[in-house]
Amino acid sequence: MDNPINILIDGRNYQVEKGRNLVDAAKENGVYIPTLCHFHNQEHALGTCRICTVNVNGKFTTACTTKVHEGMEIEINTPELIDTRKALIEMLYAEGNHFCPSCEKSGNCDMQNLGYDMGLTVSRFPHVFSDKIVDFNPKRMIMESNRCILCQRCVDEVKTKDGYRVFSFAQRGVKTMVKIDYEQEEKLSEAEAIRAMNICPVGAILVKGMIQELPFGERKYDLSGKNKNVTLKKKYVETLDKGKFIVATTSLAGCFGCHMSLLDIDTDLIDLIDVVEFNKSPLTDIKTFTKQCDIGLVEGGCANSENIHVLKEFRKKCDILVVFGECAIMGGIPAMRNFVPLKECLEEAYIHGLTSEIGANVIPNHEDIPKLLNNVYPCNEIVKVDYFIPGCPPNANHIWKVVKNILMGEEFSITHEEFKYD
Amino acid sequence: MEVIKNTTNRTSLLNVLWDIQKKRRHISSEDMVKIAKEFKMSKMEVEGIVSFYHFFHQSDVGKYTVYLNNAIISKIKNHKEVKEAFEHEVGIKFGHITADKMFGLFETSCIGLSDQETAALINYRAFTNLTSEKVKSIISQLKSGVAIDEIADFPEDNIQYTPSKNKIVFFRNYEPFSSLKKLEDNSPEAIIELVKNAKLSGRGGAFFPTGLKWELCKSQKEPQKYIICNADEGEPGTFKDRVLMNKLPGLLLEGMIMAGYAVGASKGYIYLRAEYSYLKEKLEQTISEFKKQAWLGKNIKANKTFDFEIEIFMGAGAYVCGEETALINSMEGKRGEPTTKEYFPVEKGYLGKPTVVNNVETLCAVPRILEMGVDKYLSIGTKLTPGTKLMSVSGDCKKPGIYEIEWGMKLKDFLKLIEAENPHYILYNGFSGECLSEADLDREISGENLLADHIQFEFNDPIEYARKMRGVGLRSGGSFMVFNKDRDLLQILKNISDFFVEESCGVCVPCRTGNFLLNKKINKVINRHADATDLEQVKEWSNIIKQSSRCGLGKTSTNCLLTAMLKFPEDFEKGLLAESDFNHTFNLENATAEYNAIINEIESTYGQSN
Repeated sequence: MDNPINILIDGRNYQVEKGRNLVDAAKENGVYIPTLCHFHNQEHALGTCRICTVNVNGKFTTACTTKVHEGMEIEINTPELIDTRKALIEMLYAEGNHFCPSCEKSGNCDMQNLGYDMGLTVSRFPHVFSDKIVDFNPKRMIMESNRCILCQRCVDEVKTKDGYRVFSFAQRGVKTMVKIDYEQEEKLSEAEAIRAMNICPVGAILVKGMIQELPFGERKYDLSGKNKNVTLKKKYVETLDKGKFIVATTSLAGCFGCHMSLLDIDTDLIDLIDVVEFNKSPLTDIKTFTKQCDIGLVEGGCANSENIHVLKEFRKKCDILVVFGECAIMGGIPAMRNFVPLKECLEEAYIHGLTSEIGANVIPNHEDIPKLLNNVYPCNEIVKVDYFIPGCPPNANHIWKVVKNILMGEEFSITHEEFKYD
Repeated sequence: MEVIKNTTNRTSLLNVLWDIQKKRRHISSEDMVKIAKEFKMSKMEVEGIVSFYHFFHQSDVGKYTVYLNNAIISKIKNHKEVKEAFEHEVGIKFGHITADKMFGLFETSCIGLSDQETAALINYRAFTNLTSEKVKSIISQLKSGVAIDEIADFPEDNIQYTPSKNKIVFFRNYEPFSSLKKLEDNSPEAIIELVKNAKLSGRGGAFFPTGLKWELCKSQKEPQKYIICNADEGEPGTFKDRVLMNKLPGLLLEGMIMAGYAVGASKGYIYLRAEYSYLKEKLEQTISEFKKQAWLGKNIKANKTFDFEIEIFMGAGAYVCGEETALINSMEGKRGEPTTKEYFPVEKGYLGKPTVVNNVETLCAVPRILEMGVDKYLSIGTKLTPGTKLMSVSGDCKKPGIYEIEWGMKLKDFLKLIEAENPHYILYNGFSGECLSEADLDREISGENLLADHIQFEFNDPIEYARKMRGVGLRSGGSFMVFNKDRDLLQILKNISDFFVEESCGVCVPCRTGNFLLNKKINKVINRHADATDLEQVKEWSNIIKQSSRCGLGKTSTNCLLTAMLKFPEDFEKGLLAESDFNHTFNLENATAEYNAIINEIESTYGQSN
């Protein structure tokens, strides 16, 4: 170290090299500051994603744009800052259209990793679901704006040999997007194109042909999940003095995959029956609530009027409402129709589609058939939701662990491995 | 860093785009391809720049392009009536152009004419105090071929007040070149010392000490330095710079020459906002007058060893360009995005050279200080903020216009002075400022006893706020909008939020999407769909935006909202729903309306063949 100075991070003293970027200086001392737009060997910090927001000498700023100097006092892990950073990730999820289960970059995505890291289950912000462009026109690449977080990495880093920018920001405000220049894109070599894809922290830049044929290589953020079985201990059964807990479940606009997952605890189901009683549920085939329930488990988002009706009824009839699976949390796969006009969806499905009968000209409608909503809505945008269990689908053990802990009134935490589903 | 020879000719990019926009009424894709070739840029980069600026369009905007101000002061005057009149006379809705491409109707944010609203720009000429009759006559005259310059209004200066004669700083008698003559006896160091002693600080509203800024710039080794006058007066409600440039253009040039002399710069630019295009001619005339008399150019009259030139640079409609690093990017022919401030402009500014960016009012103050002498200047105003301040007053008062007041005037006295009518809400320092109430009446307009920036946003209790803030000065950038009790605070805040959604540069997520989401929340409160949790979220989200935004725009975008919630809780709580498990914004009928319409339509198109 040429020029050692002292800085104070969260009350502890560290010796670092003067003028170092705060993210790197902290990292060298084993202190982790989450970043998203910032990456190694970058000449100028971009400062666009704001994830590394910290407090330096009483002022909020980003660590990636801060150079350390003697006596600097830095706060990184205060509850407030941790929450702000989490909020920023949630905001990125809410503004873009991130359907991890169908994304090529899933498992290799910096933003997804941060989501896991921060224990993100649901975004506190309502999903914007704005219609964004997927540009297949470039010769070699695909620009998937739904996933773009406008970090500016590609704009600054990817240039042709003769110095032209390939990616540029266009528009401003919420309409801001990264656009790709076709003429310049053609000039890039295969290796340069792949580099562009790799510096994208999300799955916005893809190279054609690499999507299906070649895997992205080792998944950076995979950890081997431990198969922890949850068995319902006898003592829980003994603590039941008011009789069995009453549980209701339903699947709204989902694929029933989450319900399938529910059954995956196999023989433990038999133990479960000792403590819980199912009321309205596809598992019992009870169609209407017959009593107030302790807990309601809802799979799927709201795509039609019946979903809304059922969800509201669940809210009324269940003391604790738990939604599980991506569709219930953010609309999931069904919400992909939010970018296509409803009329086109219906015509494609019933009139012009490959599977529709030739000469078909009717869209099924009857007063008994639920009406499609203009958009698919996440459950928490319709009713208040108490707990969220992410996953596509969530693992059976995970679901029952949450349910069990809620019912027993126990503190619980889900380990990193347990709720990774990419 | 860009290749320098590339960036140098890019400085003319915005000018070229302006020429095309004015001549062809839009910038077409083919034009962008040509420009890209000329400037050795990718076409998409050009498109990115064109689409950033409000006044550049990619489709035709008509031979006569109307930009009607939709900021709150316009709204509380005749905006609705005038808008309808335009639509009626021209026969199209706003956001469109007529089939014959004669007229295009657009809305824009505050155009710096708050004292004569409702106002609009037509082909960048001002039309003030609009009424439906006036609109009718304007349109019929334009249709009959009358030249626009013949019917355009030239905005009034409306200087309503100056202090007693020996205390006037800005609007005292101006004798051209008189203070410049003193440059001969003063070294650059002496000028900087003078500015420091006068405690002059940035009058745009950031209040960075001007003398220190100049000294930092001067100390840079790089010989090429620049002075930029920030005349991008975009903060809604302020128009003092417009009046200064119209009334005292020479004074501004003198200030710039002095700044150039002090820091050792030989070139100055005035970054003039597009909304003030009508001031350009006057400024140019004044510059050529200065040149003719050798006060500008080589070996200028004031000091034979010193060369100085001034050029005007036209902005193209972006509030964020008032931020100095964004302004510099804009001058370099880029999107007007603020930088991360790795370097300050005084270190690496315009074209990477040390640059001083000063507000119009700051620069105008310098020759006056030299003229009056620092002792006399210091005897006016308060200890930390000596001299006078120009206030731009608009809203519910009898005498909107410009007020040159001595720093230290009490807010209640100022309200009397402007003859405010039942003042209830005050937007102080514009949309990025704060909301004042009667709790602030005893505070003085000055920079005395200021608290750290964040403290005033930490109060939760209005009474505690009033007690703690009583002695704290109200430092002002100059915008003063006053509203009476009958105005709807939520509509005011909604207008502010709309403005920030429109003007966010889009680089960082808290400002870009945070403000957009907050805007929806405000709608929820306005529509009486909100409960207490929503208000909590408004506060929480506002603070997140404040903490984590990249530049001042985002950091201050929620100030008015937060201070209004503290001071006028009743305005938010009325109509608030009881806490509920259901989101009242969701309405099943609305959500299924589209489906019903489609079914109806399809039944009638396909159903007949059955």
